[in-house]
Amino acid sequence: MESLPFFNQLLQFIVTGLTIGAIYAMVAIGFNIIYNVTEIINLAQGEFVMLGGLVMVTVHVMWGVPLPLAFGLTVLGVTLVGVLLDRLAIRPIRKPSVMTLIIATVAASIIIKGVAMLIWGKSPYDLPAFSGRTPIDLGGVIIQPQYLWVVGFLVVVAIGLTWFFNRTIYGKAMSACADNPDAARLVGINVRHMVLLSFALSAAIGAVAGLTLTPIALMDYDRGAMLAIKGFGAAILGGLGSFPGAILGGLVLGLIEALSAGLLSSGYKDAYALIILLAVLFIRPSGILGNLEVTRFKRF
Amino acid sequence: MVKRVAIVFLACVAICGWAIRPALAEYKVGAIFSVTGGASFLGDPEKKTAEMVVEKINQAGGINGQKINLIVYDDESDATKCNLLAKKLITQDKVVAVIGPSVSGLSLAVVPVFEKERTPLISCAASFKIVHNDKTGKPYPWIFKTPQSDSLAVEAIYTQMQKMGIRKIAIMSVTEAFGASGREELLRLAPAYKIDIVADEKYGPKDTDMMAQLTKIKGLAPQAIINWSVGPSQVTVVRNWRDLGMEKITFFQSHGFGSRKNIELAAGAAEGVFCPLGACNIAELLPADHPQKQVTMTYMNDYMAKYNEPLSSFGGHAWDAISLLADALKAVGPDKAKIREYLETKKNFVGQHGVFNFSADDHNGLTKEAFQMVVVKGKDWALAN
Repeated sequence: MESLPFFNQLLQFIVTGLTIGAIYAMVAIGFNIIYNVTEIINLAQGEFVMLGGLVMVTVHVMWGVPLPLAFGLTVLGVTLVGVLLDRLAIRPIRKPSVMTLIIATVAASIIIKGVAMLIWGKSPYDLPAFSGRTPIDLGGVIIQPQYLWVVGFLVVVAIGLTWFFNRTIYGKAMSACADNPDAARLVGINVRHMVLLSFALSAAIGAVAGLTLTPIALMDYDRGAMLAIKGFGAAILGGLGSFPGAILGGLVLGLIEALSAGLLSSGYKDAYALIILLAVLFIRPSGILGNLEVTRFKRF
Repeated sequence: MVKRVAIVFLACVAICGWAIRPALAEYKVGAIFSVTGGASFLGDPEKKTAEMVVEKINQAGGINGQKINLIVYDDESDATKCNLLAKKLITQDKVVAVIGPSVSGLSLAVVPVFEKERTPLISCAASFKIVHNDKTGKPYPWIFKTPQSDSLAVEAIYTQMQKMGIRKIAIMSVTEAFGASGREELLRLAPAYKIDIVADEKYGPKDTDMMAQLTKIKGLAPQAIINWSVGPSQVTVVRNWRDLGMEKITFFQSHGFGSRKNIELAAGAAEGVFCPLGACNIAELLPADHPQKQVTMTYMNDYMAKYNEPLSSFGGHAWDAISLLADALKAVGPDKAKIREYLETKKNFVGQHGVFNFSADDHNGLTKEAFQMVVVKGKDWALAN
């Protein structure tokens, strides 16, 4: 067995880190969309990812629906869950304070997890990779085709969101709600619709993250919380509310994990990630790309 | 008049009480399993198995004419809940003995409870420490366990490695009780088998990818990798190993890999993976003269007929625990101290995971021969060699 040159190892760590980071980034984007419009941290975000994976398994593997159609159905299905979450858990709260709303999302995440356990049981599920499992060998660096899908979807989501927020009337209305809900209401924007839209959108992105992750790491009902924590860390690292920040935060977090696992000690990789996160917050309390002036106006 | 009615009424109640009492005298047995939560893949088949065995005994008329009343609780893989349930079983339900918990961490957490309340516990978890008090160097008097200790699995793997001429290895383990305990045994026993551990990598139970750890190992070029984990992460490791083109480095899994479901989930990546397994996983592969052939075949057929799902090795631990207890109840009746004594001296009990020979120094009763070394071939187990 020939040993692997150090440079190749390093590249392999970076490839791995970027892939995991892309998943974290997508979860972080989901956090940001809802945070920007409502100022709440949706702690059920991880459950959207879990549902994305498991619904895809049902539609694609069990019902045998072809991949592109199954993809669409899954995203649609999870989006519906996001809409229901807003209608059933967020909107009925009579005197919403940020804290009660966040607690409502915690309750929702427990319910979603419980229902998922009843539907899919406790065992993990696998999904066939979108374009096969033959690894691509780039001069000693191994890349799974699925990695490219993960990173590709992150790029698509990023471009799509940029277009949505800058070029469409709905996107601009959502940005307006994010800046100042009262002023947005005064110019005739239906803030409630925007909140609904934000939940739908972040559920859809969560679903995409889940169904691209499943062929790599399997999916079971219990996965959501961990992904939510990592994604939340990424959102904080990049600056809560900032989309470029979420992508940067996710990728940086993934890279730190992979590099510290490979080069330092794998037992402490989560600790290294947290240390870097804390260090960043000491130096820049608003995160890497966050804006302190903006956060000062937020209630949370 | 009222007084007389009251007296008659009280007398009736008293007599009825007497009359009902004997009917209530059934053998109450407790069970705590992690039926939901992170360790549900252990607790679920264990619960199903224990219920199946008890149902079978009761249908056949019970033990000495008494039915077994099995009270099963779910600890949700949570140590605090597990502890409360253990106390509830002993003080409120007044059971004579308890089987479970499913997980090493939880079993260790309730050991003091059973020692204090002087109630026999037959654990279904792997760690050697459950039946080994580090202070005295002997087992805890009231605690027994049926799964092979992880030290035995380590010995079985190292013995196989010696046969294959493997000296330089890397180990990987998950950062929870099962992985940590296995890792300790791997490190402790390596010198005795003249095995050199060049890398000692870890990962979290919910990690999505172990490419980084494996890449590091690839750089060190050992002859074999031993992975110690349970749950989805052990499937991800095997897939990553295959993706990185590391087939030349032989892959050994712990006995936690003992479910065909894992081979299926690995989607072809598990071919050529070695793993030590108890007899009940490979009942149909055993030679006809194997001492465990009959019990394992019966259990496999019963379980698959009743639940219509493949057998997992973990249910076998519950089978061993409840069957041992039933055996003790039959011999000595519902007396905690006598059950404990009986279990401690029990010899030649043919179970799903080996032939048990308990003694005052050994509350597990198994040797490394309780493991068969198997290799994944054509998406199924095959005996190694």
